[in-house]
Amino acid sequence: MSDTSKALANGNIIRMEGIRKVYDTGKIQVEALRGIDLEVDTGEFVAVIGPSGSGKSTLMNLIGCLDTPTDGHYELSGQSVAKMKKDELATVRNRRVGFVFQNFNLLPQISSFENVEMPLLFGGVSRRKRHQRVEELMERVGLGDRMDHKPTELSGGQMQRVAVARALAMDPDIVLADEPTGNLDSSSGGDIMELFAELWEQGRTMVVITHDAALARRANRQVEIHDGLITTDTRS
Amino acid sequence: MTDMLTPKKRRPGLGMVFQLFWRASRVQRKRAILTVASIAWGTLSLVLLMAFGEGLGIALGEGWVGMGVNIAVIWPGETTKPWNGLPAGRAIRPRIDDMRLLRERVPDLMGVSGEIQRWRTNFTYGEKTVNGPIKGVSTVWGLMRNQIPLAGGRFLNPLDDAQRRRVVFLGYALAEELFGEEEGVGETILIDNVPYTVIGVMIDKMQMGAYSGMDEDHAVIPIRTCYAQFGEDKVSTIIIKPLEPENMKQTLAEVAKVLGAKYGFDPTDERVLGTWDTVESGRIRDNFMFGIKLFLGIIGALTLTVGGIGVANIMYAVVKERTREIGVKMALGAKANWITGPLVLEGLTYTLLGGVFGLLMAMVVIVLIALAPTDGSAAMRYLGKPTLSVPIALSTAGILGIIGMLAGYFPARRAASIDPAETLRYE
Ligand SMILES: Nc1ncnc2c1ncn2[C@@H]1O[C@H](COP(=O)(O)OP(=O)(O)OP(=O)(O)O)[C@@H](O)[C@H]1O
Ligand SMILES: [Mg+2]
Repeated sequence: MSDTSKALANGNIIRMEGIRKVYDTGKIQVEALRGIDLEVDTGEFVAVIGPSGSGKSTLMNLIGCLDTPTDGHYELSGQSVAKMKKDELATVRNRRVGFVFQNFNLLPQISSFENVEMPLLFGGVSRRKRHQRVEELMERVGLGDRMDHKPTELSGGQMQRVAVARALAMDPDIVLADEPTGNLDSSSGGDIMELFAELWEQGRTMVVITHDAALARRANRQVEIHDGLITTDTRS
Repeated sequence: MTDMLTPKKRRPGLGMVFQLFWRASRVQRKRAILTVASIAWGTLSLVLLMAFGEGLGIALGEGWVGMGVNIAVIWPGETTKPWNGLPAGRAIRPRIDDMRLLRERVPDLMGVSGEIQRWRTNFTYGEKTVNGPIKGVSTVWGLMRNQIPLAGGRFLNPLDDAQRRRVVFLGYALAEELFGEEEGVGETILIDNVPYTVIGVMIDKMQMGAYSGMDEDHAVIPIRTCYAQFGEDKVSTIIIKPLEPENMKQTLAEVAKVLGAKYGFDPTDERVLGTWDTVESGRIRDNFMFGIKLFLGIIGALTLTVGGIGVANIMYAVVKERTREIGVKMALGAKANWITGPLVLEGLTYTLLGGVFGLLMAMVVIVLIALAPTDGSAAMRYLGKPTLSVPIALSTAGILGIIGMLAGYFPARRAASIDPAETLRYE
């Protein structure tokens, strides 16, 4: 675990207060989030569930600093990020957050090795250390023998495992996943769930958006969103 | 693990941009080649057009010097205004002795010489006779009219004139006709059956302006010798050269005043003395050449700009195609400069690569043209010497650089404005 996450071991990684997000599409304004209060502690595994269009992805984009809220206060690892500039947000995304997407979002023209290497490159990690780290991660997700393969030469499950390796590359405070099993058959989906459970057991903080009841049950906390508001928040 | 992931001391900057660019450029080979070719074509056009302009300018300049610099040619004509009771329509014919008058009365004159021109004269050497023009002139004429002798010969000198020596200076084309490969200097030829000694042959020179045939075809003899043999002392033309070219207008006015006083004509009557002022026409020629060079440069730059628009277009397409890729990179922590930098570098690289190819092709073309023989073709002689100069190279490099930067900059700016959240939304 990184210094910051150790320092925050007893505190919140995510602290959101009154977060609103309004999409302004010219004529219509869509209020995707209407006042979210959310705190996530270090080491939690949160499943975010809710019907389609309820604002789950919007929430994930805000948590991951891909987007900024219209209103409200947000601290990630003790840092207020609502008013950050673009390049500062880029650094936060690089250091603190690891993304896993439903459609993988691997770059198709480069090898899985280079895909996993990319966050390390942006993080300014030296070439030698990058190689060491990528190899370690690819082994970790069970693809040590697929490093030179391009994403198109891999199965969906393998692609998602490469994406998980990439999300872990900079040793982020938090892993964010949006429907990570949505595009996978049940067996590959099961592998990813297994992987997530292992990561959590090793102390990693996870926030996973899912429709998959089985995956949601693996989490220690279920947050349900309806129409831009958190309606239930249960710990198991 | 923590230790392993701490970044190097130096912040990633240009090195990062180069690395990302190198990774991206592997992908777009075919497109890159087309773009580079269009820039190469534009550069080739620009450089060749400018080089031809330069060559033409040099040729014009040399040709101009060929006839003599900053001189005026004066043709005596007829009066068109009545003057002091004399009617209009009188022919004015200055004589050889009037040249001394002009020399004495007109201030700040570098030289003045009458010319007595005869068109059909027989030149005989041994068995061979050729027909051509001959001029009787003063010594200073050789200086004013740029008559440079080949090694081993000389032009007329004052003694030749004073003693009415029968000596002749030949244009090199006439000399070649008479003597072929032989050395002409020192030989005796007959001019209308009177023997003359050849004292010099003119070097081969570029001559663009002419008022009585080309110097290379003429024979030149002392003006008094000419009078002695042919009995004509009225000059056909007068050549003058002021000490300062700026004073040409004044000098011409003085000449008209002096001759007007002697022959009784209105010095402001412009028809009496027809003049060709090469200072004035040189100025016109310079403006003309500047105009031509500017025109060629603009055409070339436009061609290159079309290539630059091609680069920008391709870069826009690249940005559009890579929108998701750019979004992903942003999500992974790429800063705006790391997105735009490689794109600008890519545009610049295509442009400069094309520029280098275009320049190399242009150099090959220029060398080939330089190797091609120009003898016999006047057009080739004047147009066929495109010349690369430092200003051409510098302005081409400058234009390429600007076009390359712009061609990369605008697409890159669009790339930087991509919203990663929007791009990565799962549809
Ligand atoms: N960029 C956008 N511009 C305009 N409206 C948007 C934008 N992104 C999301 N929305 C709207 O905001 C609302 C919430 O969208 P969001 O994607 O967060 O839902 P979701 O819970 O992730 O749904 P799903 O389960 O289908 O992925 C929806 O009404 C959606 O149409
Ligand atoms: Mg969604």
